[in-house]
Amino acid sequence: MKYNVNAIRNDFPILHREVYNKPLIYLDNGATTQKPLRVINCIRDFQRFRNSSIHRGVHYLSEQATGEFENARKTVQQFIHALHPHEIIFTPGTTASINGIAFSFGEKYVKAGDEILITEMEHHANIVPWQMLCERKKAVLKVIPFSDEGKLKLDELDRLITPKTRLITVIHVSNTLGTVNPVEEIIRKAHASDIPVLVDGAQSVQHTPIDVQKMDCDFFVFSGHKVYGPTGIGILYGKEKWLEELPPFQGGGEMVDVVTMEKTTYNGLPFKFEAGTPNYIGAIALAEALQYISGLGLDHIAAYEQELLDYGISKLSELEYVKLYGTTRPKSAVISFNLDGIHPYDAGMIMDKMGIAVRTGTHCAQPVMQHYGISGTIRASLALYNTCEELDALVDSVKKVKTMFS
Amino acid sequence: MSIVNTSDVKSIRNIQEEIVAEFEVYEDWMDKYNCLIELSRDLPVIDPRQKVNENLIRGCQSKVWLNADYQNGIIHFSADSDAIITKGIVSLLIRILSGRTPDEIMNADLSFMDQIGLRENLSPTRSNGLLSMIKQMKLYALAFKTKYEK
Repeated sequence: MKYNVNAIRNDFPILHREVYNKPLIYLDNGATTQKPLRVINCIRDFQRFRNSSIHRGVHYLSEQATGEFENARKTVQQFIHALHPHEIIFTPGTTASINGIAFSFGEKYVKAGDEILITEMEHHANIVPWQMLCERKKAVLKVIPFSDEGKLKLDELDRLITPKTRLITVIHVSNTLGTVNPVEEIIRKAHASDIPVLVDGAQSVQHTPIDVQKMDCDFFVFSGHKVYGPTGIGILYGKEKWLEELPPFQGGGEMVDVVTMEKTTYNGLPFKFEAGTPNYIGAIALAEALQYISGLGLDHIAAYEQELLDYGISKLSELEYVKLYGTTRPKSAVISFNLDGIHPYDAGMIMDKMGIAVRTGTHCAQPVMQHYGISGTIRASLALYNTCEELDALVDSVKKVKTMFS
Repeated sequence: MSIVNTSDVKSIRNIQEEIVAEFEVYEDWMDKYNCLIELSRDLPVIDPRQKVNENLIRGCQSKVWLNADYQNGIIHFSADSDAIITKGIVSLLIRILSGRTPDEIMNADLSFMDQIGLRENLSPTRSNGLLSMIKQMKLYALAFKTKYEK
């Protein structure tokens, strides 16, 4: 099948708009992806014709909505190749998923002096919840460092894993450097010592096929809005045995079995972890997005984005004043760079005026910036609908910035 | 430092009008930003001793340092930024608000940013530290007024 990017672009209405009277060139996909028309229509049509709360009513609409919601769960299950649908928990997003696990796992398994192992290239969402847990339990946060090329120093893993290590949590694809981390290798080593591993897939699910069973991770989390779905919906996958053992992280309706004023017994999986009315419209629209990209084929998307990435990097590398961060391979669709002597904020301001949406700053990963001793980078993050022509425009804007600030 | 008699100097409003007139000649955004880059070069160099953490206004992305001195009823500001465009706008704010009485600073409405089409730079979502800088300038004015002008 030939990858027809122009036809694909037609699925995304926003890509045809202008900013400052110039065509929008959207290269901020690491922050959020744009939505295909079928996802937009899915939300609109559900609100308009089928809206009803789920799991509570006996009436027609509620039955139908419940069915769609549970089908969405199955779509997610198939998308990441989980063993059971009840291993898929709907949450508001990656951050909520990690906070939930940090709380539940922490309550059940972490005590004073225990250790949680993270990496130096985590997003703040995979740092702060663990710092909070360590504070709460007087546990210790340990860090796997990375090299200047952006590669995790896994030779230090044997030293960092100790009998006190309770959990390892690692970003699958770095949102700042684009590094694809060898999570399978980390999981193998961790499991050899019976340590569970959480994989933050916020920047990987949209770029590469995911098989949580093959990966053998214990938890896998991601956000809907970074994978062409809506905001406010995300996934917490956990192996059945872990989800059975862990206590719920929120209390409320729907997650309970019997409630008396003295005691509550909890509902089974997955409802134990879905207190309150879930974002069922978000879940259904997320499933629509996953079906859309499955239709294009994750392998095709990955191959196309790799071409784009290589093209963009080769063009930027021709400019001697461009400093690229994260040069190790394998690397996913993120190009992080700085221009010699120019503040990333200044560069971003000018690029914005040229219609180019990039992110500048620390990308919620300040430890990565501290590693390089910089205040931030310019980040162009790619998606399945970007083109080489857009990357040419990016390079032109970089040249313009250089002229203006020299 | 000379004693400034505020009745002889242009009002905040006059200076804002001047700036608006200066920017009117620029038709496209590129010229405006080039002008801000020029202005950033004209901003008097801040005393390195003032470029300390206590004077740092944390924007999310660009940093702004702001120092304030009070003398004979007048506040003098000096400032710097690590980003050039931010620094250009800082220089405009200094031009308008430095050498003023606390009352003038507290009551200043900075509508010129709207008129020269740079309002977006004062948006809280821009996280460049400029909005916090203006707040800090007004806070200094209030603090000096409270301390010296009972």
